[in-house]
Amino acid sequence: MPLDRNSIARRAARELRDGMYVNLGIGMPTLVANHIPDDMTVWLQSENGLLGMGRFPYDDEVDPDLINAGKQTVTGVAGHSFFDSATSFSMIRGGHIDLAILGAMEIAQQGDIANWMIPGKLVKGMGGAMDLVAGVKKVIVMMDHTNKKGDPKFIPECTLPLTGKNCIDMLITDLCVMQFDKDRKRFVLTELAPDVTLEELQAKTTAEFEVAGELQTITA
Amino acid sequence: MFDKVYDSPDAALEGVVKDDMIVAVGGFGLCGIPELLIVALRDSGVKNLTAVSNNAGVDDWGLGLLLQTRQIRKMLSSYVGENAEFERQFVSGELELEFCPQGTLAERMRAGGAGIPGFYTKTGAGTLVAEGKPTMDFEGESYILERGIRADLSLVKAYAADRSGNLIFRKTARNFNPLVATCGKVCVAEVEKIVDTGDLDPDQIHTPGIFVDRIVQTDSEKRIEQRTVTERS
Repeated sequence: MPLDRNSIARRAARELRDGMYVNLGIGMPTLVANHIPDDMTVWLQSENGLLGMGRFPYDDEVDPDLINAGKQTVTGVAGHSFFDSATSFSMIRGGHIDLAILGAMEIAQQGDIANWMIPGKLVKGMGGAMDLVAGVKKVIVMMDHTNKKGDPKFIPECTLPLTGKNCIDMLITDLCVMQFDKDRKRFVLTELAPDVTLEELQAKTTAEFEVAGELQTITA
Repeated sequence: MFDKVYDSPDAALEGVVKDDMIVAVGGFGLCGIPELLIVALRDSGVKNLTAVSNNAGVDDWGLGLLLQTRQIRKMLSSYVGENAEFERQFVSGELELEFCPQGTLAERMRAGGAGIPGFYTKTGAGTLVAEGKPTMDFEGESYILERGIRADLSLVKAYAADRSGNLIFRKTARNFNPLVATCGKVCVAEVEKIVDTGDLDPDQIHTPGIFVDRIVQTDSEKRIEQRTVTERS
């Protein structure tokens, strides 16, 4: 059975480590924040200038001067800090952020990502996504394995304008987990969602990938 | 005695606005935008602006006001998803648009203000953003040359100023504002309170007054784009 959004987020949260500095992209990746273990310190960075992002505010705590990169009102945890946008992207581009978890429209088999523009249709802009994939130590993409029409999103070459080339380290979808092998320049399938078969995955994938010797079932 | 304080946003812009100029504007979404200076810029009747700002406001607030009146000819931004009028003008070809990655935009402002005409970054290498730009390899990786930005006019929003133009920002309303302040030939700051020179703690000043030419105090509306709350259990 394919994973629901919360289960994908729960699986992604297993990549978190105590003390990590992490940037979560807008949309599905923000759900990962709900699955940070209580005994773990994870510093969430919001690229508009906040390190140590906390929960959404109670009604009487709402402050228009305190928002996240999705323009939502937020709070800070103990030890949070504010800074300007150049400092924020020094953290990102300079390789100081340990992990970024992003959504994607398309992922190509050699680790390219497209997630910012559909020519003639969607003109919103890349925001900080290009900086994140270029500079963060580890980049995980979480997405549905196919689009709303059922077409594969993990494909040989991106058809949409790229956000970055050869920059994805790990792919977590509703069907599987893949790790990018930098030497072989290929994704390696390591986990399948419960009751999802390799044949079903291959039928919904046009990208080439390798299969690990021991396939695990995703336990979320 | 020399004083940077002006009585109103209109007065603060008098003599520094001209057609075809480049104006850099602080803010992230509607957070930390110089909201009443933008209104005054619209009311000045200036035409053919090139506006450099991370976002384009919403349809009826922020830079969206200047899009409604077609006073902006070109936008340089990283994300404009909140503005339907923007999308309409761009798709119909009325508005010129240059997308710039957010970190690159911040660094271009910082560089422009610091007298650095260009710098190399990995951001955008191999994408549409790299098209037409010189590249150079460093340690086996491709980097693209991005240019520093110098604006004719900078508009920023701060929390507090002293009469000498030293600025303190508040929380995430800081965002692009300190960088915008440095990259303009003239910088006008809209602030929530003005104190006498000497009354701000020098250790807490984010933008030293050398970067700020004019100050005006306003009552900001501070609109919220996504009011998201936790229910008390």
